[in-house]
Amino acid sequence: MSKHTLSVLVENHAGVLSRVAGLFSRRGFNIDSLAVGVTENPDVSRMTIVVEGDEYIVEQVSKQLNKLVDVIKIKRLDKHESITRELSLIKVSANAATRSEIVQLVEIFRAKIVDVSKTTLTIEASGSGDKVAALEDMLKQFGIKEIVRTGTIAIERGNRIIKVTNNEEGEING
Amino acid sequence: MKITGAEAIIKALELEGTDTIFGYPGAAISPFYDALLNSRIRHILTRHEQGAAHAANGYARVTGKPGVCVSTSGPGATNLITGIANAYMDSIPIIAITGQVRSDMIGTDAFQEADITGSAAPFTKHSYLVKAAGELPRIIKEAFHIAATGRPGPVVIDIPIDVQNSVFEFQSPKAVEIKGYKPTVKGHPMQIKKAAAALEEAKKPVICAGGGVIAANAAGEMLELAEKRNIPVVTTLMGIGAIPSAHPLHFGMVGTHGSQAANSALHHADLVLILGARVGDRAIGAASTLAKRARIIHIDVDPAEIGKNIDVSIPLVGDLKLTLKDLLGYVKASEDKEWLCEAAEKRLKVQQKAAAERGKHKDTGYIDPKYLLSMLADFLPEEAVVTTEVGQNQIWAANNLQVRMPKTFITSGGLGTMGYGLPAAIGAKIGRPDVPVVVISGDGSFQMSMQELGTMKQHDIDVKIVLFNNCRLGMVRELQLTKHSGRYSQVCLDSNPDFTALAAAYGFRGEKICSNDEIRPALERMTGTKGPYLLECMVDPMEPTL
Repeated sequence: MSKHTLSVLVENHAGVLSRVAGLFSRRGFNIDSLAVGVTENPDVSRMTIVVEGDEYIVEQVSKQLNKLVDVIKIKRLDKHESITRELSLIKVSANAATRSEIVQLVEIFRAKIVDVSKTTLTIEASGSGDKVAALEDMLKQFGIKEIVRTGTIAIERGNRIIKVTNNEEGEING
Repeated sequence: MKITGAEAIIKALELEGTDTIFGYPGAAISPFYDALLNSRIRHILTRHEQGAAHAANGYARVTGKPGVCVSTSGPGATNLITGIANAYMDSIPIIAITGQVRSDMIGTDAFQEADITGSAAPFTKHSYLVKAAGELPRIIKEAFHIAATGRPGPVVIDIPIDVQNSVFEFQSPKAVEIKGYKPTVKGHPMQIKKAAAALEEAKKPVICAGGGVIAANAAGEMLELAEKRNIPVVTTLMGIGAIPSAHPLHFGMVGTHGSQAANSALHHADLVLILGARVGDRAIGAASTLAKRARIIHIDVDPAEIGKNIDVSIPLVGDLKLTLKDLLGYVKASEDKEWLCEAAEKRLKVQQKAAAERGKHKDTGYIDPKYLLSMLADFLPEEAVVTTEVGQNQIWAANNLQVRMPKTFITSGGLGTMGYGLPAAIGAKIGRPDVPVVVISGDGSFQMSMQELGTMKQHDIDVKIVLFNNCRLGMVRELQLTKHSGRYSQVCLDSNPDFTALAAAYGFRGEKICSNDEIRPALERMTGTKGPYLLECMVDPMEPTL
C-alpha cells in the first residue's frame, strides 16, 4: 500500500468538510491526513488529502470525491513533481545539560526553537513527513512531552497550477 | 414583489413545473403548508412520511420528472430517510423538502430538531440547509437540476421555520451554474469507435441492461443495437422493461434471483455490453470471473460506477441515449444468428420446464403466484404500471410478469425496501392517472405500509392490490431453509388480519382466492372494477422463490 496525495478544490462553505470526511468513512477508505484552508479565491478552499491504498482505491476515492457537488476539482499530485510539507510543534524536556545539544540538533534540521522554559523547549519543524519523523526520532532521547502535527499540504513544482477557471478535467474523468 | 420564504418555495416549485407533492405537515413546516393553500399544486397527504418519499419515487419513475416530498423537522424528516436512501440506491430523482427549527435554535437539541442534511448525507446526491430566504429560488432550481441530470438521485432541502417566515424580494433565478457539477453527457468518440469494433469482433456478445437504460430513455436505441447484430439482452432488476419480455432477444433477469436463461447467456458470452448498470452483487455475483472470460464494455453516465465492481476493457462515460446513438453510427448490421440460436435453445428448455410446472398444485387451497403473474398482463393494457413490494412477491413478479414498456415495472432494486410498493403505486397512479396501476404485494411488506390505504381513500386513488398471502416472510423463510438448515426464526406471520375486511373498512372491494381455477375470473373482476381492489391470494408457505 502506498501513499497518494490528492489536491482537491472545494466550495468554501459549511458542511463540505463533513461531506468529504463522511465519504471516506462510509466507503471504507483510509485517510492518512487531511489539511484544509482557503485559497487565493475566498470562495474556494483547498484540501490536501493523503490516502493509503492501491491504484483501485485511489481511483475510487477520486471518482467518488468528484461526485460531491461541492468538489470543484481534483488532482493527483506526482510525488516527484510536487513539494509536500507538514508542520510539527514538538515539546521536549530540556535542562541546562541537554539544552545546547537539542539546539544543535534543531539547527541541523533547520527547525526553530519557538518557546523555552526551565524544563522544556518547543520546536517548530516543517518539511516533508520523513524529515519531521527523523527529527522526532532524534529528539526521543531527551523525552518528548507533546507533539502536534498538521496534515500534509502540497503544491506542484514549476508553473503548473490548479485553479477553478482552468477547465481541464485532470486525470480522473474516466 | 415581496413575498415570504414559504411563498417562495411554492413559487419556485411552480416554476419547475411541479403539479403534485406528497407530504405530511408539522410545526416546523407550517408556514409552507399555509402558503400551499394559495397554490394550484396538489398535495397528497400520506399516512407516514416514508410513504410520501416512496410515492414521490413512484411518481418520478413513471413521469421522468423529479418527485417532491415534504415533511416537518425531526421525526418527520428522519421518517423520510428510508425513502431517500431507496431513491439514492435506484438513482431516482426526488426532492425532499423538510422543515427545520428556527435558525438560532439549530444545534441546541430543540424540540423536533434533527440534523437531516447530516443524517441523510450518505444517501443524498446533494443537500442544502437554507440560511436565508433569498437563497431559496436559486437552491430550488439547483436542486431540481441536480436531482434530474447526470445520474439522477435525491436532493434534500432543509428550511428553518424563520427562513420560511422571512419576507424578501423574489427574483427568478438565473440559469444554473454550479462549479463542481458538470455531468459528462457526450461519450468520447475514440471509446465509441473502440466499443463498435469490439462488438463486431465478438462472437458471443450479450447486452446487460440496467435501470440507466430506462432513466435515459434509451430503450429504443438499445433495442436497435441489439436487433442490428442479433445480440441477446439480459436485464438487471432495475432494467426490467428496457426490452419487452416477449421480445425474441430478451433472455430475462440476471443474478442470484434471475433466470437460468439470462445467467447462462452471460456465462457463455465473450463480450458483455453493460448499459447503465452498476454491477451489483445480486445481479453479477462473480464479476471478476466474468471479466476474465469476457471483454467488458461499460457505458454509464456516472464515471465512478465504471471499474468499481468489475474490471472493464472499454469504459465509456456519457448519457446512454446519446452514446448509443453515436455507437449505432459505427456498428454494421450482422446477419449472423449462430450465437443467438444457441442461447435461444437453452432459453426454450428453461421456458418449457417452467411452463410444465405452471398452474400445478390444484385443489391444495393455494394458488400458484407465478402462474397468476404470467397471465396478469392479459388483463391490462401494455402501458399499465405494476409496482412490487420486496421479497418473494418481487422476484415472482420480476421473473414472470410480461413487461411490455419501459417505466411500467417499478420496484425497489438496490435497497430492497419492504413497504415500498403500495406508496410507490400511489405515486405512479398520480403520475399516470390514465393507466391502470397494480401493486404486487406480500403479507409481510403490505403490513409495512398498509396505512397508505387511507391515502388512497382520501385522494380517490385507484390502485389494485394483488396480495400474496403465505403467512410468512417467505424470502427469509427460504433463506433459513437453505442457509440455516430449516431452523425457522421469526418468519411466521400467524396473526395476519383479514385483509379483504381491512380493505372493506376503507370502503374498497376485494376478494380472497385459494385455487388456480379462481385466478382468471378474479383478475377479470379486479381489473374490471372502478376504484381500489384488494385481491388476496393464498400461497403455499413452502412455495419457492425461483
